[in-house]
Amino acid sequence: MLHRYAILVATATAVLIFAGGLVTSTGSGLSVPDWPNTYGWFMFSFPLDKMVGGIRFEHTHRLIASTVGFLILVQAVWLRLAEPRAWVRRLGYVALAAVVAQGVLGGITVLWFLPTPVSVAHASLAQIVFCLTVSIALVTSRGWADAYGTSAPASNDAIMRRLAGGLVALVYTQIVVGAVMRHTGAGLAIPDFPLAFGALLPPQWDAGIAVHFAHRVGALLVSLTALALGGHVLAHHRARRELRRPAVLLLVLVAAQVTLGAYTVLSGKHYIINSLHVVTGATVLVTSVVIALRVFRGTFPEAAGLDAAGAGRTDAAYAPEAGARA
Amino acid sequence: MRAVALRDRSIAARACGAALAATLALVAAGCGGGTEDAAAPPAPIDSPVDAAAAGRVIGRVTLEGTPPAAEVINRRADPYCEELGEARTETYMVSRSGALQNVFIFVKDGLGDLHFPIPTEPVVLDQRGCTYVPRVFGIQAGQALDIFNSDDTLHNVHAAPELNREFNRGQGLQGMRHTHVFTTPEVMVPFQCDVHDWMHAWVGVLDHPFHATTAADGTFAIDGLPPGTYTIEAWHEELGPLTRTVTIEPTAEIETSFTFTM
Repeated sequence: MLHRYAILVATATAVLIFAGGLVTSTGSGLSVPDWPNTYGWFMFSFPLDKMVGGIRFEHTHRLIASTVGFLILVQAVWLRLAEPRAWVRRLGYVALAAVVAQGVLGGITVLWFLPTPVSVAHASLAQIVFCLTVSIALVTSRGWADAYGTSAPASNDAIMRRLAGGLVALVYTQIVVGAVMRHTGAGLAIPDFPLAFGALLPPQWDAGIAVHFAHRVGALLVSLTALALGGHVLAHHRARRELRRPAVLLLVLVAAQVTLGAYTVLSGKHYIINSLHVVTGATVLVTSVVIALRVFRGTFPEAAGLDAAGAGRTDAAYAPEAGARA
Repeated sequence: MRAVALRDRSIAARACGAALAATLALVAAGCGGGTEDAAAPPAPIDSPVDAAAAGRVIGRVTLEGTPPAAEVINRRADPYCEELGEARTETYMVSRSGALQNVFIFVKDGLGDLHFPIPTEPVVLDQRGCTYVPRVFGIQAGQALDIFNSDDTLHNVHAAPELNREFNRGQGLQGMRHTHVFTTPEVMVPFQCDVHDWMHAWVGVLDHPFHATTAADGTFAIDGLPPGTYTIEAWHEELGPLTRTVTIEPTAEIETSFTFTM
């Protein structure tokens, strides 16, 4: 039950990221000038008939964010009460702290008229919150508890460890660069694709073109690393279902993400395409996190009976419900 | 195995720490917004202009070339605005004879160290019919700007100056008023409504009263100028600035015209 709830929380976080993408893509970030109130109304009592124009996106984003914050609070309490592994309980607390910080950043960026560093921090922390909620969903699953029924942990494969860990770092960096591009209005600094002003390298440079081009180079690096990881999994660990499935998903998502990125430019930043690009990027990140966690599964405490569970609880009490394999 | 686990967790902890540190650094770098300009009212002074010798600049602004046709604005995002009827973009308000409306004309240079009294009458910016009225206007630094919401819908009034203090005020009810005072000369300060992304206005903030905005026939008049040589600038929201130099003799009326091309 806890695992299913954690999946709900992670799904809600993905919806929240999409809603946040819509706010930026429609330029609605300042359509509600006050925070935490909305035009002086308490957030939850703001009349529906007044949700017009940009307010539809900004206020809806706030409502979803509040809901996700509440879901993560409940999750932290639930973990506190029912989770025997201390490090998983701590993960719940960290997720709660991160989502609270995220809410405060969202408020600050509105009250300070969207300063780029704060807006980028807001976008970047959102990805960490998503990673945390997905990680909690993963480590509360039956499959994780069973160590995916293998006695040969993939963490013995040094190449895969490097690829999996490296991909997470690379995708997160790429998303931060994308956030900088997005919040500095450089999304169309290079107006054509796949070339840049008709050439492989931009013939002229400024800050906007540089960050935009860096995002394209990052996309290439992420794609190559994802291909390498996916290829490695399929070539050497094909029998490992828990790796094969997310690896295939990763390749599909990366292909979709590159397509969406191209279409974002070619469509002149259509707000739906742009927002889908944001949430798909987040999904690429959490997929790479899932692969990395599964690759490193054998090194986690409960695999070696090392968990120093607090409050008198022991690993013996760690038995996720049946049917919660993920 | 325990050593491996601890090492990996240590790496993970360092990675999380680095990510959070980077986030905090970004927030810290963002601090510094939201400073308030000093708003102490200046001591009243008399006009330095001898009214008996003052001159006048008149003229007309035209556009050569064919501007983009005004497009119908999609206002479906707000039923109130949509029900008001069709509205078109107002970027290029050009008559058949080429007269260009909504060009801001002002004395850019030539007044030296003269200081002028600040009008006590406020300038009014209204949000009416889901548009700003007027779209282009001038005000003197220190003069009150009264911003009204005459619409039965919500607007936010968001001014994004570079030299003055940025502000963003919500006006959720019809009849609401917000008074703002710009403290520093700045041409031009953009206004926008983030609720209705088609709503834009521009104000020229000056340290003197010598400005005008062209009418539908492209004409303008700046009265009360002391004799002297001035740089007059004409500013259009898309076409940018044009300048002319004029010399005003006592009680003279000087005609100067501007022609934008595209």
